[in-house]
Amino acid sequence: MSWFVRKDKGIQTPTELKREAPDGLWYQCPNCKKAMQTREHKLNAYTCIHCNYHEKVGSEAYFSILFDDNEFVELDAAMTSGDPLKFVDTKAYPDRIRATMAKTGLRDAVRTAYGPVNGEMVTMAVMDFAFIGGSMGSVVGEKIARAVDHAIQNRTPFLMVSRSGGARMMEAGFSLMQMAKTSAKLALLSNEKLPYVSLLTDPTTGGVTASYAMLGDFNIAEPEALIGFAGPRVIRETIGKDLPKGFQSAEFVLEHGFLDFIVDRKDLKARLSTLFAMLK
Amino acid sequence: MRTYLDFEKPIADLEARLEETRQLAKTSNINVSEAVEVLEQSINRLRQEIFQNLTRWQRVQLSRHPDRPYTLDYISLMCDEFIELHGDRTVRDDPAMVGGFGKIGDQTVMIIGQQKGRNTKQRQHRNFGMPNPEGYRKALRLMKMAEKFGKPIITLIDTPGAFPGLEAEERGQGEAIARNLKEMFMLTVPVICIVIGEGASGGALGIAIGDRVLMLENTWYSVISPENCSTILWRSWNFKEQAAEAMKVTAKDMTSFKLVDGIVDEPLGGAHNDHQAMAQHLKTVILDALTELNALSPDERINQRIDKFCSMGVVVE
Ligand SMILES: [Zn+2]
Repeated sequence: MSWFVRKDKGIQTPTELKREAPDGLWYQCPNCKKAMQTREHKLNAYTCIHCNYHEKVGSEAYFSILFDDNEFVELDAAMTSGDPLKFVDTKAYPDRIRATMAKTGLRDAVRTAYGPVNGEMVTMAVMDFAFIGGSMGSVVGEKIARAVDHAIQNRTPFLMVSRSGGARMMEAGFSLMQMAKTSAKLALLSNEKLPYVSLLTDPTTGGVTASYAMLGDFNIAEPEALIGFAGPRVIRETIGKDLPKGFQSAEFVLEHGFLDFIVDRKDLKARLSTLFAMLK
Repeated sequence: MRTYLDFEKPIADLEARLEETRQLAKTSNINVSEAVEVLEQSINRLRQEIFQNLTRWQRVQLSRHPDRPYTLDYISLMCDEFIELHGDRTVRDDPAMVGGFGKIGDQTVMIIGQQKGRNTKQRQHRNFGMPNPEGYRKALRLMKMAEKFGKPIITLIDTPGAFPGLEAEERGQGEAIARNLKEMFMLTVPVICIVIGEGASGGALGIAIGDRVLMLENTWYSVISPENCSTILWRSWNFKEQAAEAMKVTAKDMTSFKLVDGIVDEPLGGAHNDHQAMAQHLKTVILDALTELNALSPDERINQRIDKFCSMGVVVE
């Protein structure tokens, strides 16, 4: 366990920040193409000040948005992936992992931490899509499992922020069983009557949707996030026609009864605190 | 009419000759008994040779063999009595997921499994064994009922995946599977899960959280099919053999990684070669496992079930 107190930005350079203007001062919104100051964008919880587009940020951004003064303790920060299958496709899996670590400055596709959120301790796990599409392998499953253990031991609420394409094929059967493992831990959390909030962000699909992301006491999502089990391309191929507009958007999933509410990222911290306070 | 896979063709040729010889005996006075015996021995030897050296991809092919026994075949061969139960009580009945109370030996059990079809019409009716969310919800309803009446649960897994359709998404395919995973960990009755054919991804796992998870010898179980893995990682359908090798999808592989608890042997030539023998052996395996599991308390079973799945994964720290 390592301490990261009041960590400033800039030590790591996740890809989500690389879309900034070269001088780092300007951010161009990929949705409306309008520009704003990077500082302004960050203060706006990485949402566009013009069109409210929610940039696909990762763990570093959510930690800074949610934890008071960006003060938190990261759990299992050193954990990295093994290669139980000695998996080789067009590349050997360990080479892929090393290259991704170098490119993203991340160790795997989730980071877990605890710290104060408006003064109340919260344990959270936040996925990083930049790391092999946020795919779920043993590290993702194990870190989430241990974070849930931490929430139980310290009697804190648990927040999961999902952003994932689903399974990590290079861990095949091991990847599949992470769905089971995380669900087992969440069943234990549920028995302890500790609140579990699952925030689904763009995109959340596959095995992540079919396990922890859909198991919240409260399933909530960011606006317009793509949420589904099967990906849109697979469904289009199955049914042989185009999908209706807005299919698998957060709004669609809310309408069909699988989300409690949609939350603007700027309001996330306040909404969480209100909710947790009500449950006390 | 039997179906032969490409690597079973040499067996098919010999069996055709055997059949010809027998016909000859019927239409003439020639004594063929010696020739028949020789042919039968060669067929047996050839089967042994072929089935001893199966590649992973060949086992995937066998798991999908059109003559392989399906869930309802096992039920009718293993159970003296069976009452099928239908519906999820919310949307509709899903024919791709079947279940009901059955009697195996002296024991009443709840048997649940994905169901494939034998011909074109049945295949469509069963949606090729790909359940919709209501299939998983029906399965959970039946599991909860088994728990209520204190009856063990047997699940038979045979699916190319949960159905990736429009309505499936509208009705929450992901939520349905996720709920089953969570709820199955807390079932107080014994749960035995057996992969009898294809074990594709979350669609298989959605009924596969158990105290014993077993795989028949010629089945596969993984996070994605070799074909789909090939398409995504190699960007071509043509690397399915390599994908099956790389993902290590067989019963032997999954057992060696402790991702499943064991292998159930199939009769020589595969389960499709002798439904009766396969079902009888499976029945014995189930009854033995139930004897072991019935000796534990519900809490012991639940704790062991959780600990087993929580130990799965390989990380470096
Ligand atoms: Zn914008």
